[in-house]
Amino acid sequence: MVLKAFFPTCCASADSGLLVGRWVPEQSSAVVLAVVHFPFIPIQVKELLAQVQQASRVGTAVLGTWCHCQQEPEESLGHFLEGLGAVFPHEPWLQLCRERGSKFWSCKATHRQVPATTGAASEDQVMLIFYDQRKVLLSQLHPPTAPPDHQAGDATASTGDLAAVFDTVARSELLFRSDRFDEAPVRLSHWQSEGVEASILVELAKRASGPVCLLLACLLSLVSAASACRLFKLWPLSFLGSKLSTCEQLRHRLEYLTLIFSTQKAKDPTELMRKANMLISVLLDVALGLALLSWLHGKNRIGQLADALVPVADHVAKELQQLLQWLMGAPAGLKMNRALDQVLGRFFLYHIHLWISYIHLMSPFIEHILWHLGLSACLGLTVALSILSDIIALLTFHIYCFYVYGARLYCLKVYGLSSLWRLFRGKKWNVLRQRVDSCSYDLDQLFIGTLLFTILVFLLPTTALYYLVFTLLRLLVVAVQGLIHLLVDLVNSLPLYSLGLRLCRPYRLAAGVKFRVLEHQAGRPLRLLMEINPLPYSRVVNTYRLPSCGCHPKHSWGSLCRKLFFGELIYPWRQKEDKQD
Amino acid sequence: MKEEQSFSDICGGRLALQRRYYSPSCREFCLSCPRLSLRSLTAVTCTVWLAAYGLFILCENSMILSAAIFITLLGLLGYLHFVKIDQETLLIIDSLGIQMTSSYASGKESTTFIEMSKVKDIVINEAIYMSSKPRLDCLIEVYRSCQEILAHQKATSASP
Repeated sequence: MVLKAFFPTCCASADSGLLVGRWVPEQSSAVVLAVVHFPFIPIQVKELLAQVQQASRVGTAVLGTWCHCQQEPEESLGHFLEGLGAVFPHEPWLQLCRERGSKFWSCKATHRQVPATTGAASEDQVMLIFYDQRKVLLSQLHPPTAPPDHQAGDATASTGDLAAVFDTVARSELLFRSDRFDEAPVRLSHWQSEGVEASILVELAKRASGPVCLLLACLLSLVSAASACRLFKLWPLSFLGSKLSTCEQLRHRLEYLTLIFSTQKAKDPTELMRKANMLISVLLDVALGLALLSWLHGKNRIGQLADALVPVADHVAKELQQLLQWLMGAPAGLKMNRALDQVLGRFFLYHIHLWISYIHLMSPFIEHILWHLGLSACLGLTVALSILSDIIALLTFHIYCFYVYGARLYCLKVYGLSSLWRLFRGKKWNVLRQRVDSCSYDLDQLFIGTLLFTILVFLLPTTALYYLVFTLLRLLVVAVQGLIHLLVDLVNSLPLYSLGLRLCRPYRLAAGVKFRVLEHQAGRPLRLLMEINPLPYSRVVNTYRLPSCGCHPKHSWGSLCRKLFFGELIYPWRQKEDKQD
Repeated sequence: MKEEQSFSDICGGRLALQRRYYSPSCREFCLSCPRLSLRSLTAVTCTVWLAAYGLFILCENSMILSAAIFITLLGLLGYLHFVKIDQETLLIIDSLGIQMTSSYASGKESTTFIEMSKVKDIVINEAIYMSSKPRLDCLIEVYRSCQEILAHQKATSASP
């Protein structure tokens, strides 16, 4: 098989020396990590390699020699380099050579201990693959391969050639820690040999994060303890708490904050990304909320809003009254049953009258309430939007009531009709067996059944029309609330840190690699450049999306239509499994 | 070693297949698609703008004209960036894997690399996979070369 040598681009211009790295026998590939320069003492090199091997559990060894000189190597240098093969026994022994200023390399890989029938040491073809060490070190392959605390060597090699390369480079951080300004006994060349990369801000942030996290974690635990106290489990508060989306959103945010400021370190890069995403999401939320707050409280907009609220509610109520008057007349030319029409119409009109009086009662306090609610925008834009959604729900409470009345009446009618229809055909619903059975009825049962059936059939259009009108109104309100929830969901679950990373440092999130064939000359080894193939944006969002509130509609369109037809109540945005119809 | 051959795709346009042999274990096939023709571009632009002008005469709203210009520009950019393929390349490296690159007219390149350990065999699927839609004769050429490399790889991996 062709021998693949992964060579870091930063070492291509380094002086002659020894190649240090890892040999993967299954794929016949040699991953070069660094170059050790002359002069060196072999004992010290072996000690360093043993240290690195112990710390990283990666089998580092001396792989061969590297020669970068003015012209073709002289005889003596050639023999010296070959002699090194005896000091550092490694199978196969790699010899890479490059002339200064030339683009083409010459490579040899010799096997010494092969039971050669030819009698001479056999040589292999070598393929050179250049890689950028810094990018490969910092990048993370998706999907992630074997977990980090696996045994080095066999386990990772079986997962894949490239995963092995990434793994080797990532684990050999100890090797990259010394740069050429250190007074180390062994001089190395690698990506950090010109100076170890570090940032003052990052170091300061790391030092400061410990005590800050501790303090915030204590505060948050106090807040969670307060919110979990028994007072909130009593009936009115727990009922309100489960209905209002604001409480849900606040709970969600508290969860996020607890996770971000927990004092445990992140176990793997995915968790670190998740924490970073949550932090950026909370910061953006608060920033947008503060912008909204400053906009609301400037130029007395709250006052204007409060002044406009009562007339709007009045207007909605008047429109509803007109609608009911229209229904009580001859809506769209249909002829309603006069008596039932009048009863239902008057019933609903009275409700609207009550509602209007209630709004007028509240009107002096509205401005204060709005002002205090506006302050809650500093907790975040999502909280402000949830409050808006709740206000809409409260203001259209009468529409919700009308919908429930209309739906119940219609549902009752439909079930009555179906049961009496079965009576017509001499059948009955068997509750025990959950099926339709035949049944013999008495004459008077049949008579009363027929009467009731006729009554229900002729009253059906009236009830159906009221049901239709109020269902449409209710669906409109639900659609508006749904849009607001969608926006809240978007802000909650979008992984902004990952998207920013993909935009600014695309090599950090790698979907794979891509190869480019470099200039080739016949007779010379093939040279390839390995670059990182970044993850597409859609996959970034899918992999790192944060868990949202879970307020997605659970019904498919078919089941929704079915429920509407039979008059069953629909709760598209709530998660209450215990509420009974 | 380079070789060039001319084929046609399913719509009748001309495709050029370039073969490069770097070494016995590495080959590259490059399929270039016909460029965007000025005639079709002019035709589409004229149709859109005539339609917009007709709407403008009906509605007397100048926003329609600016909207039409906007839509044409965005549509052209979107077409060049997401739809129009300039070149498709298949690179086979023995013992490493197979890499397929599509480069679009706007310069975007999308690459997929499949490791050799995951490749069992190469087949010509009935549904045309390559976005430049070459005909069967072109596919057969590529197929034959790929099978040669795979056979060569199997022979060398079996021997040591």
